[in-house]
Amino acid sequence: MDAATQSQSTTLHSSFRYKLISFLGPDQVHAAAPADAVAGVQPKVIVAPGNERELAEVLRLSNEAGLAVIPRGGATKLGWGNPPSRADLVLSTARLNEITEHAWADLTVSVEAGCTVQRMQETLAQHGQRLALDPLWPEKATVGGVLSANDSGALRLRFGALRDLIIGVTLALPDGTLASSGGKVVKNVAGYDLPKLATGAFGTLGIITRAVFRLHPLPRLTRSFSVATGTAEETRRFIHAVQNSKLAHTSLQARFESGAGPEVDVLFEGTEAGLRAQEAHLKELSETAGVTEASPDIWNARQSLWSSLKPESTALAKFTVLPAEIEKSMETIAKSARARHLEWKGVAQATGIGWLRLEGGAKDLRVSLQELREQFERSTGSLLVLHRPAAMPSIDTWGDAGDALPLMKAVKQQLDPRNTLNPGRFVGGI
Amino acid sequence: MEARILDELRAIVDGRGLISSPEELHTYECDGLTNFRVMPHAVLLPSSTEQVQKIVRVCHRERIPFVARGSGTGLSGGALPVENGIVISLARMNRILEVDFPNARAVVEPGVINLDVTARIQYNEFFYAPDPSSQSICSIGGNVAENSGGAHCLKYGFTTTHVLGLEVVLPDGSLVHFGGKTLDTPGYDLAGVFVGSEGTLGIATKITLRIVKRPECVRTLLAAFASTNEAGAAVSGIIAAGMLPAAIEMMDNLAIQAAEAAVHANYPDCGGLLLVELDGPIAEVETLMTNVNEICRSNGASEIRVAKSDAERALVWKGRKAAFAAMGRISPNYIVQDGVIPRTALPKVMSKIERLSQEAGLRVANVFHAGDGNLHPLVLYDRRVPGQEEAAETLSSNILELCIAAGGSITGEHGVGEDKKKMMSKMFAEPDLMTMQRVRSAFDPLQLSNPTKIFPTPRLCGEKPGEYTPHPLESAGLAERF
Repeated sequence: MDAATQSQSTTLHSSFRYKLISFLGPDQVHAAAPADAVAGVQPKVIVAPGNERELAEVLRLSNEAGLAVIPRGGATKLGWGNPPSRADLVLSTARLNEITEHAWADLTVSVEAGCTVQRMQETLAQHGQRLALDPLWPEKATVGGVLSANDSGALRLRFGALRDLIIGVTLALPDGTLASSGGKVVKNVAGYDLPKLATGAFGTLGIITRAVFRLHPLPRLTRSFSVATGTAEETRRFIHAVQNSKLAHTSLQARFESGAGPEVDVLFEGTEAGLRAQEAHLKELSETAGVTEASPDIWNARQSLWSSLKPESTALAKFTVLPAEIEKSMETIAKSARARHLEWKGVAQATGIGWLRLEGGAKDLRVSLQELREQFERSTGSLLVLHRPAAMPSIDTWGDAGDALPLMKAVKQQLDPRNTLNPGRFVGGI
Repeated sequence: MEARILDELRAIVDGRGLISSPEELHTYECDGLTNFRVMPHAVLLPSSTEQVQKIVRVCHRERIPFVARGSGTGLSGGALPVENGIVISLARMNRILEVDFPNARAVVEPGVINLDVTARIQYNEFFYAPDPSSQSICSIGGNVAENSGGAHCLKYGFTTTHVLGLEVVLPDGSLVHFGGKTLDTPGYDLAGVFVGSEGTLGIATKITLRIVKRPECVRTLLAAFASTNEAGAAVSGIIAAGMLPAAIEMMDNLAIQAAEAAVHANYPDCGGLLLVELDGPIAEVETLMTNVNEICRSNGASEIRVAKSDAERALVWKGRKAAFAAMGRISPNYIVQDGVIPRTALPKVMSKIERLSQEAGLRVANVFHAGDGNLHPLVLYDRRVPGQEEAAETLSSNILELCIAAGGSITGEHGVGEDKKKMMSKMFAEPDLMTMQRVRSAFDPLQLSNPTKIFPTPRLCGEKPGEYTPHPLESAGLAERF
């Protein structure tokens, strides 16, 4: 940005900034730094309101002034999604970080959006409980962020995704409305289920200010096992055997990468007697391949796809396939990557959700991602591009949103008619 | 209704799927909640998605409100017809279209009966988890509308947990698909919003369900306590021990008597009966069952039985599932209530219910999904005694107020429907309800799909009488008064 534009954009917003400062105090309104860029788009101001009323008011003022607002939690996944078509103000939830109520005997927690997942889990653990979710970067990721991005890990097989764990939400809408739905009890069918609408909405409908979750007890004991299945056929057979068995495993994932045979991991939680019996059963199912006890660290495999990332030659994607087609998806990926001389590494979970890292030339990455998306979409799956090199020809993050897209746009129009929140970041240009 | 419209509708359903004679229409004037009755102009029984679309397009063009109906077992008046409207019954769309065991999915039409899904897949050791007590007659489409629960949702979740995809006819007749056989389809979770929307957002014509592998074993324990308080303390003990049973049910003495009279479930005669079901791998379940046993004993259980066979287990459940209907054995009339409280508030709320019951001079039988705090107080009365019906209604709604005051909900599984829309503004603030209405407007701007349900008033909801204040929707330029 040259000096003239810079000065123009600052003047454009100086009266508005003054309004914010007089409302929140000078410490909570900052000029945005280059590090605050959102998928390459530079916002102008970072604002950190101290409570949800302030947040709703800042949002209302911004909306009125026609400014584009980017909600931000721990910023761990801020680069996901399409680049915003406009970005004026980053609204940080960092100061909304209270755990307002841990009703441990009722297995629920009410928490503000800016609380990190780890801090919440630490509090819950004091009563032997947890939010049964293993999101990425829990030490930084916030409740509002994981909800908006609908992040979930391997625990999803047993406990469901955030949509199944959230029981109440409060949203700040661009017109300043603070709206709650759901409640504090697990079983509740009064009114529309807006907690589910907000989950995975990528902050495009409203800003989550609070959430209520149902909790689960921490497991008494856990044990992890790995099987080096080696071939695609054995991977398929083993996963099918486990999934079709009477085992009550908590998680199952397949790890695969260029230059190594696939491995399958299984997690059990329960009592000592229960785990012993399940271990024996698992060993029967594995037939030829050996079952070895594994370190719990294998469940970081998804997050480790981001380790020592070379931003200019790496692409990261989330894909979904039918649960019975996990090993087929691994083959599809290998074939496409090999043809483009790309290195690949991935984790596919038993739910049919996978995570993929591709490395190589920017154009080759583009071709491979596009090809994989088309193949997955043909069999009702999807592929989301989470990271791409700046030099890679642009590709839509989301892919096909299907025939409900006009309805999704109508929902957006109802709640955010001026397209204030995260403009252009979501599916179909929302 | 004009004859030309009736003719057009009749032609869509091949003549055979239209009911318009007053005698036949009576069947459809109410659902399981019989104190509200409205005669529809006509009932349509389409047999395909295309027919549903055509019917809805006519309704849209002519501005005729419509109400979708499954088996009509709902207990909140959700399928109650609306004035000057038609009913679209999905009963003829009752095919299980696909069972996909490798992916644990089943695709069904809305008229399929809940229990028939399990009946179709159980040979391969699968079941469909949501099990409302009416599961032998209620339809999956109705379950979707109400987000039905059941005893086992404590562990397995509700209908919404098991609906992965929907084909929906929107109120303008267009056809859309939400979700699908894979998870996390790109875009908003419209399936999540649709499930439990009580027919106000459109009509589901095809539903993709998640089916579940049967656990290795199921064990059901009955424990008799002197009172519901002691039974409640045992439930707290089970939860505090870090267990998540498949189901925890509780019945008080009056409910036990009724169930005994109706189905001879051979329940112990006691003040508070607990039914705990655990499932999973045998070794795990056996260990935990021992723990549950100890917890019940230490909380004063006078008798503990574990069902020894599938037949015994079935009998235990038969008593519980027949509990509502069983009230007919001990009272000429009764109101079924459905409220939720944080489970720990149980002793306090129970003693308040007891007091209200004494004050009103009416008996209240209590059946709970104790694990998740879902209460079903049954208010017993005799319509022939002047004033009792009104007193029973007052008592029943006072119980709901107790639930709200305890931080709970006005409905855990029966829905708001016609019955509880007045209570909505006691549970939600005006901006909450307005936000829901805005979502509704995206689906149904003309308010044709079950228009009078859920929300407090037939006009813009949440309006307070008296002094004029501009409505948030009006201020936002999204609506005008009429």
